[in-house]
Amino acid sequence: MRKLALSDEILMKVEKPARYIGGEVNAVMKQKEQVQVRFAMCFPDVYEIGMSHLGIQILYDMLNQFEDVWCERVYSPWVDLDQVMRKENIPLFALESQDPIKEFDFLGITIQYEMCYTNILQVLDLSRIPLLSKERGEDDPIVIGGGPCTYNPEPISDFFDLFYIGEGETRYRSLLDLYKECKAQGLGRKEFLKKAADIPGMYVPSFYDVAYHADGTIKQRIPLEEGIPETIAKELVEDVTDTYYPHKPVVPFIKVTQDRVVLEIQRGCIRGCRFCQAGQLYRPVRERDAKMLKSCAVEMLKNTGHEEISLSSLSSSDYSQLPELLDFLIENCGRDKVNISLPSLRIDAFSLDVMNKVQDVKKSSLTFAPEAGSQRLRNVINKGLTEEVILEGARLAFEGGWKRVKLYFMLGLPMETKEDIEGIGDLCNKIAAVFYETVPKEKRTGRVQIVASTSFFVPKPFTPFQWAPQCTKEEFLDKAYFTRTNISSQLNQKSIKYNWHEADISVLEGVFARGDRRLNQVILKAYEMGCMYDAWSEYYKNDLWLSAFEQCGVDPAFYSARERGEDEIFPWDFLDCGVTKEFLLREWHHAKEEAVTPNCRKQCNHCGAARFKTGVCMEKRER
Amino acid sequence: MKVRVKFSKYGPVKFVGHLDIMHYFQKAVRRAGIDIAYSEGFSPHQIMSFASPLSVGHTSEGEYFDMEVRSFTDEEDMLKKLGQVMVEGIDVLQVRILDKGEGNAMASVAAAAYLVAFSDKLSLPANWDKELISFYQQTHIEVVKKTKKGQKEIDLKESIYQLEVRGDTVYMLVDAGSGSNIKPEFVMETFFGQLGVMLPEYPFRIHRIETYKRREDGQLVPLIA
Ligand code: SF4
Repeated sequence: MRKLALSDEILMKVEKPARYIGGEVNAVMKQKEQVQVRFAMCFPDVYEIGMSHLGIQILYDMLNQFEDVWCERVYSPWVDLDQVMRKENIPLFALESQDPIKEFDFLGITIQYEMCYTNILQVLDLSRIPLLSKERGEDDPIVIGGGPCTYNPEPISDFFDLFYIGEGETRYRSLLDLYKECKAQGLGRKEFLKKAADIPGMYVPSFYDVAYHADGTIKQRIPLEEGIPETIAKELVEDVTDTYYPHKPVVPFIKVTQDRVVLEIQRGCIRGCRFCQAGQLYRPVRERDAKMLKSCAVEMLKNTGHEEISLSSLSSSDYSQLPELLDFLIENCGRDKVNISLPSLRIDAFSLDVMNKVQDVKKSSLTFAPEAGSQRLRNVINKGLTEEVILEGARLAFEGGWKRVKLYFMLGLPMETKEDIEGIGDLCNKIAAVFYETVPKEKRTGRVQIVASTSFFVPKPFTPFQWAPQCTKEEFLDKAYFTRTNISSQLNQKSIKYNWHEADISVLEGVFARGDRRLNQVILKAYEMGCMYDAWSEYYKNDLWLSAFEQCGVDPAFYSARERGEDEIFPWDFLDCGVTKEFLLREWHHAKEEAVTPNCRKQCNHCGAARFKTGVCMEKRER
Repeated sequence: MKVRVKFSKYGPVKFVGHLDIMHYFQKAVRRAGIDIAYSEGFSPHQIMSFASPLSVGHTSEGEYFDMEVRSFTDEEDMLKKLGQVMVEGIDVLQVRILDKGEGNAMASVAAAAYLVAFSDKLSLPANWDKELISFYQQTHIEVVKKTKKGQKEIDLKESIYQLEVRGDTVYMLVDAGSGSNIKPEFVMETFFGQLGVMLPEYPFRIHRIETYKRREDGQLVPLIA
C-alpha cells in the first residue's frame, strides 16, 4: 500500500482530498530503484485543470514507455492546502510515489497560459527548489519549461534552467540520454546545460544576456557561452500518425474539466486568423490518419471506461477524413452509449446532420465564432466567416430544432471602430430575426436564446498583430459598455444575453505575452506579495500587481499599449517557430489594407513553414 | 437480470467520496466489458444502485451495489472481469445474481457494523471500556439528532443493536436504514459527551465491516447472504 505524503488529518481538512492521493486508474507505478531518471511533470494549476490537458497525457505516456524513466505528475496545491503546507513545512510531492519533487532529476512544467506564472513560483517554492535558476545547486532537479508560452520565455527566463521549444515528442529521448551520460561522467549542472544547448529545440536562458536601447527596446542579445546557437528552431513532429499517443490515459477519481477521451485529429490550422497564436505556432497543419484515430478511440474507450469522446483540433471541419471518422465513431459509440462531442465544427448542413445524430438538439447550443462584428473587421483579422454563412447556418439549425446559439467576439482588435462594435448587436439581432422567420409561431417553444460573449484582445508573439498596441483597461471597459448598450437597443434584445470578461487580467496577460526579461523581477515580487492563481478571477489581485510593477520601476504600458516599430527587435525574435517575421509583417500590412489571405489549402502564402517538408505544405493543390 | 456486487475500500482511496466511487464503478463496468443495461431516453445511464454511502475518510469491507445486466456468463467470471480493472484500495469481493423479487441494494439496507479506532490525539480515560458498557446498559439514551429538516429528539438506544469493546477498538451494529441511519461517530460523540471527554479534530478511524438487510424472520443478514 502506498503511503501518502499528507496525513489523514490534513486530507480530511482540505477540499477534494482526492486531488492529492494519486493511484488513479492507469496511473503508472514503477520501482524507483529500477529507473535511472525520475521526471516530475507539472501543470501549474489545480488538479482538475491540469488533468484535463492532452499534452501532458501524451508526454506522461511517452516518458513512461522509456524503461529507464519514471514520469510522475504534480499540480498546484489548491489555496487551502497551500496554506497548510507552508505552515507545517510539508514539501510538495509527486502524486504517484508521493516523494518530494526535490528528489527528482527533472521538474518539467508545461506553460499553457501567462496567468499561471505565479503558480510556477508556488510549485518551485513548495518543492523547496530555489526560485532562481542561478541559485540552484547540484541537488536540485533540472527545471525545464515547455508549451505555448515558451514561444516568449523571456518574462520567466530567470526561473527555468532550460526551455524546450516546440512539440515534446521529438527530443526528450536525446535530452535524457545526455543527462544520464553527464551523470555517469560526474559532470555537473552547468556542463549538462552546456551540452543540452546543442540539442535542437533547447534554450538555456542563462547563457544569454540582453542589451537595451535608451528607449527600452532591445538592442541586441549577447551570448555568454562559446558555441551556443544564436537562434533556436522549434521542434515539430513530422509524422503525426506514426508517433506517441496515449492508449491508457489516467482516469481521475474526481470530476475534472475534460472528463472524456480526447482524440487529437490534427495539429495546426490552415486558416491563418491574424489574432491566433496557435494557428501560427503549429504550422504546418498535419493530419493524423483516420485509421490510427479509430484504433486509438477504441483502445482508449476500453482502457478508461469514459462515457464520452471528444475530437480535438483548432478547426475540426478542416480535417479531410472527418466524415469517415465520424461515421465510425457514431456506429461504434452508439452501442455502448458513448457520447461524442464535437467542438470547433463549422456550422453547416454536414455538421448539423452529424450533431443531430449525436446530441440532444433541445438541450445543446450551437457555437459561432465570428470574433468581430463587421465584415470589414473580419477581413482585418482574416476570419473567413461571412454574415451570410452565419445566418444560413442559423437558419438550418433553427429548422433542425435548435434554439440556443452562442456567439464569440473579441473587443479591442486592431483598427476596430464604433461601427464594428455595433455590428455585434446587429448580428445577434439578425440571428434572432432569422429564428422568428424560420420557425412558425405554433412550433415555437419559448424564445430563441442568443448568448454573445466578448473577450478582450491580447496581441501575441508570432502573430501578425505582434506589432499592434493593446487597449488599456479603460478603453476595454468603454467598449464592453458600448457593446452592452448597443445590444440592449436591438429590436430582439430580450432574446440576447451578453457576457464579457475581466479587463485587468487581459491587460496583464498582454504585458506578459510580449514582455521581456525585465518582467522576471515583477513576477517574483508579485508572488512574494501574495499573488497566485491569477487565472482565477476570485484570486486575482490587481492592486498587488500594480504595486509590484511600481516597486520594480517597470511600466506595464511599455509592453501592452505601445505600437511597435516595424524594425524593432522583439524579445522572442531569437526563436524560430517556422513562420518568418517577413511573412508576419506582410500579414500585418494586409490587415491594415483589410485584405484577406487565402487558407493554406487554397494557396500557399509562403509563410516559411514549408521548410519542415510535411503536412499541408506538401499537398497538391488544384489550380 | 440483476446482479449484486460486494466490494471493499481501504488505503488512500478512502478519500474518494461516495459520488466519485459511483462514477468510478460506472467506468469500471465499461472497462470490464460488462453488458450492463441502460435506461431509455436521450441521455441513457447505466442501471445501478448503491447500498449505503460511506463517508469520506472511512474504510470498508462491506460495500454493495446492484446493477441490471443484459447478458451474463457467471458469477465467477464477472468477479474476475471486475477484479482485473480495479485500482489499489478497491477490491471486488463477491458477485451474486439476485432472486426475482429481491429489493434493490439501497432500499434493503437495515443495519451496518463498524469498528471504531481512536486517534493518538484522543486521551482516553483509563476506564473508558467499562464506561462504554455502562453507557450501553442505560435503558434510554436521549439525544438530539440533526436531520435534513432540522433537529429531532430520539432514543439512540433503540438504534444501537450491539455495542462492545474489542481490544483497543469499539464494535457497533447500528441502524443504517435510509431514514433512520445512525453514524458511528455520532454514537461515539454521544458517549464521550456523557463522559465529559473533550474530543480533538478527527478523533476516530472508522471501518465498516458489513452492511445488513433484514430477513423476513427479522434476522439481520449481510446484503449477500
Ligand atoms: S508554407 Fe504555405 S502551405 Fe505551408 S503552412 Fe505556410 S502558407 Fe501554409
